Amino acid sequence: MRTITFTQILRETLAAELRRDPSVFLMGEDIGVYGGAFGVTRGLIHEFGPARVRDTPISEQALTGIAIGAAVAGQRPVIEFMFMDFITLAVDQLVNMAAKLHPIYGLSCPLVFRAPPGGGRGYGATHSQSLERLFAGIPGIKIAAPSTATDASGLLQTAIRDNNPILFLEHKLLYPQRFETEDTLPQPIPFGKAKTVREGTDVTIVAWSYMSHLSRQAATHLAEEGIEAEIIDLLTLNPLDIGTLAESAKRTGRVMIVEEGPKTGGFAAEIAAQLFECASDYLEKPIRRLASPDFPIPSAKNLEAACIPTVPGIVALARELVEG
Amino acid sequence: MDTFRAYELMLTIRYFEEAIERLFLEGRIMGTAHTCIGQEAVAVGVAAALEPRDAMTTTHRGHGHFLARGADAGRAMAELFGRETGYSHGRGGSQMMMDPSLGFYGANGITGGSIPFASGVALDAQIRGTGRVTACFFGDGASNQGVFHESLNIAALWKLPVLYIVENNGYAMSTSTARGLANPHITDRAAAYGIPGVTVDGNDFFAVRDAVATLADSARKGNGPALLECVTYRLSGHSRGDPRVYRTREEEASARLNDPILRMEIALKKNPATNDEVLAAHRQSAQERIDSAVRFAEDSPLPDPASLAGTLFA
Repeated sequence: MRTITFTQILRETLAAELRRDPSVFLMGEDIGVYGGAFGVTRGLIHEFGPARVRDTPISEQALTGIAIGAAVAGQRPVIEFMFMDFITLAVDQLVNMAAKLHPIYGLSCPLVFRAPPGGGRGYGATHSQSLERLFAGIPGIKIAAPSTATDASGLLQTAIRDNNPILFLEHKLLYPQRFETEDTLPQPIPFGKAKTVREGTDVTIVAWSYMSHLSRQAATHLAEEGIEAEIIDLLTLNPLDIGTLAESAKRTGRVMIVEEGPKTGGFAAEIAAQLFECASDYLEKPIRRLASPDFPIPSAKNLEAACIPTVPGIVALARELVEG
Repeated sequence: MDTFRAYELMLTIRYFEEAIERLFLEGRIMGTAHTCIGQEAVAVGVAAALEPRDAMTTTHRGHGHFLARGADAGRAMAELFGRETGYSHGRGGSQMMMDPSLGFYGANGITGGSIPFASGVALDAQIRGTGRVTACFFGDGASNQGVFHESLNIAALWKLPVLYIVENNGYAMSTSTARGLANPHITDRAAAYGIPGVTVDGNDFFAVRDAVATLADSARKGNGPALLECVTYRLSGHSRGDPRVYRTREEEASARLNDPILRMEIALKKNPATNDEVLAAHRQSAQERIDSAVRFAEDSPLPDPASLAGTLFA
């Protein structure tokens, strides 16, 4: 066993994939010598060279389109968006090209877009968003969101080997977190299989990415109050393992979903709708969502903290569902 | 490419496009299409200069490029008829057909959307050292998209083997170049990236072919991309049903005198052995190919909606 940061295991995984498959290469802004804004690619250029750890000008739309063309022609690019917020510049290429290639043309587009969502560092409203919702409803794009180092490596390996366009979320606050893992990299983890992180009988807490990390902590506090929470980490938003969520809902009868983005129109709403369709008979209470308010994430520390869901907030809502 | 083959390809494109215009009016095909009547010399001139290993991308106005590259007219027509035998099994329609076996990566319906895609195909060619050149078609309108700028900058920086071919047909839908381009000289934009910018008469098959041959050779040798402006005229409206209120019938009549097919015939007839009978035989052959394509399309089955299931992901 060893202790490793989220960043380090991502770097190790990228290196392993670059070694395993010569068609894999990285592209992004400042990923070469600079090592990426969050240091994920640091040092990789020294082993793999500037053609496979490729810096690009600031041109997210072209970078994305070029990656798509290269992928269809036979490469396996892994693209880094410096902040998830910048993905808005690439939406046309993702939605109107990448997502349409297989269903319309029957062509595969093996492509991974890595992006760090989330707030908590006071970076401001255009460097702190969680924009997975923009793509969750676009048929043709898969979405993975690990919350532990092992899952990050396992899911990233699967993503790189998958022949479809995949959005891979690496929450900024997870990067420096230390996790216990095996000494060697894990096996690839399949998409579409949610993980029951903790079993419980009183309430189901569904989350992904950093909110999953906070939900685990909330479960410990809840247990001290005698509330046994079942924590489910989605791992992938698309494909969504609604089956595991439904089974849990049937067991606990109380479900809450924790999402970092604004409440309205978030992915939690989609999960809630699906769960209501397949498990409503088992629900003792309405499905609840804990999310950020419908407002941009502010920069000031106290304002930001007031907007993003917290461990006490998760505990409070779970308590309300169980006792209220 | 043999000159008679080029002539017949131009006729094939012309008759294909004219057939589509008719079929829409007759209500026999639905949806939309953007025909390239008057622009055939660009499509065939470029195709004549490329090698089988090369690649091509296009725009919403892509039937001509596809046919010039070797597409089967029946399967293309079947796609417009929304039939199972179409290139995209009826799912894509006019604007969404690709055939990687021809190196043809089509369009996606977004103006300029294929410009970075073509650059990516070129990146793959560079990585694998295949010597493949990618011809990227787009129009004067698309040259105003931001991604044009982004893509040319990156391609120039990385010396990607891609030819950016702007078909300046005078109009971006209804917006004339005079109203759309602050600087009407599109090839001036090449200087911004330090790449060659060449203008040719797009209605002269030979000029287009020779310009592309030179630029493709240079790109193949690793000298990087180039911007080629082919000046032509869109005799058809923007899309079917366009009443063309934004230009005069006099302007169109004048443009018809410069019809690339007419000019090709004049060039062919310089050889006294090529008389009207010879040309007529080629016209008939092309027309038969299109008639046969329409029959094939109409006889083809509809796609089954159940066939969509399970095909979203690779």
